[in-house]
Amino acid sequence: MSDYIIQAIKDGVFETLEMTFFSSLFAYIIGLPLGLILYATSKGRLLSNRPVNVILGTVVNIMRSLPFLILLVLLIPFTRMIVGTSIGTTASIVPLTVGTIPIVARMVESSLEEVQPGIIEAADSMGASPLYIIIHFILPEATPSLLQGAAINVATVLGYSAMAGVIGGGGLGAIALQYGYYRYQKNVLWTTVALLVVLVMIIQESGGIIAKKTRKS
Amino acid sequence: MANVFELEHVTKVYRNDGNEFTALEDVSLQIEEGEIFGIIGMSGAGKSTLVRTLNRLEDVTEGTVRFYDDDLASLTKWELRQVRHSISMIFQSFNLLQQRTVIQNVEQPLRIAGVRNPERRQKALEMLEIVGLTEKQNVYPARLSGGQRQRVAIARALASDPKVLLCDEATSALDPKITGEILDLLKKINEERKLTIVIITHEMSVVEKICDRVAIIDNGNLAELGDVKEVFRNPKSQAAKKLVFPSNPFDPSKPDGKLIRLVFDGLEASEPFIANLVEQTGKKVNILSANTRSVGGIGYGQMVLELPEDREDQRIIINFFRNGGLTVSEVN
Repeated sequence: MSDYIIQAIKDGVFETLEMTFFSSLFAYIIGLPLGLILYATSKGRLLSNRPVNVILGTVVNIMRSLPFLILLVLLIPFTRMIVGTSIGTTASIVPLTVGTIPIVARMVESSLEEVQPGIIEAADSMGASPLYIIIHFILPEATPSLLQGAAINVATVLGYSAMAGVIGGGGLGAIALQYGYYRYQKNVLWTTVALLVVLVMIIQESGGIIAKKTRKS
Repeated sequence: MANVFELEHVTKVYRNDGNEFTALEDVSLQIEEGEIFGIIGMSGAGKSTLVRTLNRLEDVTEGTVRFYDDDLASLTKWELRQVRHSISMIFQSFNLLQQRTVIQNVEQPLRIAGVRNPERRQKALEMLEIVGLTEKQNVYPARLSGGQRQRVAIARALASDPKVLLCDEATSALDPKITGEILDLLKKINEERKLTIVIITHEMSVVEKICDRVAIIDNGNLAELGDVKEVFRNPKSQAAKKLVFPSNPFDPSKPDGKLIRLVFDGLEASEPFIANLVEQTGKKVNILSANTRSVGGIGYGQMVLELPEDREDQRIIINFFRNGGLTVSEVN
């Protein structure tokens, strides 16, 4: 491999990490509250509210059922509106975030559902408000499970980020596509694939370790 | 004595997809300040629903629940939360935060009430001292035994200085020895802090051990209400008999055999009654079941005896026990 390509791969790793980090971050900033609302408004929960739950649930389901590649294309005008361009690493963060939000929301919802109803009843009997119960009872109890879910989500975002190469995003995916696929440079293709696998493994493993460390039960 | 709770004609109906289920029907009772009040019934009888109407975890369908002067149904959500600081609750499954240490768990009600550190920590430590778990303050609940977890739950329940403590099957997940220790602790707290305690259970032994009065709930209805001693000695309703009588005494060995139940609740049991019977009347009885214990040298408990077939013999034997001051009732 030429120095040029090695440098490109090095940049690609950083771009991939950049996309993964910011997309995950933004997806959680929006997806975590969304998951909380989905959880709290569902039947028999703290703030049970059928209309809100059904509408939100439907939106999330629709977003989640769109293939990510289609979403990438659909969101090009939106991305251009926000970032000013639809090409490059920064621009890829927009569709990655949008695509990850519904996954995060459902993952958060299912983590919260694992919290024992008895703990919520106990909090209720102590005279805690719904907001207090969410912040001081439900979230702490669900933290290990939330972290476990986060590791899976971040690994998923990393995988998605490779797809962003198709519409002109940066990162390892773009390199694999350009050098490996269009120019038949098999060694570049395999190097990027190996790097992606290693990155996913690191994220998944460290996420698992952190989740295990926090779990006290 | 003031009433802590007054229930009037409380009815609770669950409606689910067009199906109706009446969990409680026209239950009226009062719980007095300072007493330990037992609510006993088979599982599914409605006792857990009943205790949840006391802090409005369940809304009643009809009737009123008053806590001192407050009609719980009339309170706003905010007012209800304030009232709940005075009504603590412990549970069968303890319901402690697994991801928080013992001391952090005990601090929860104080945090909710807005108490700040260092008073909060100080108060929580005092509570842990009452239940004897000071050295476990920085341990997570997963590392504690069932009995210890319930002690932490009790410390947590006491932290907000409640006026009443509701115990929902609090000892049902514990073995008999630990159950005894937890009940002793509750009794101690009741006496030392003048705390009213309401105990929900399906075990008569729990009621017998520490309750002053008991309500028997059967199929959503209040079957019987009274002093524990009186109900134990002389249960009137079918539901009460079912709970009070030994769960499965032997059947009579002969078809005409008669079963009677003797209740000991005082000095009488220190006398060798059965031996006296044989000596003085020459009649023999067969002991089918006996559950007696000595509390401070005084015998308590009950015994089921099979009497001979002859009617005259039966009469003589029953009179012998009655004259001796024992409570005798027929089982079959």
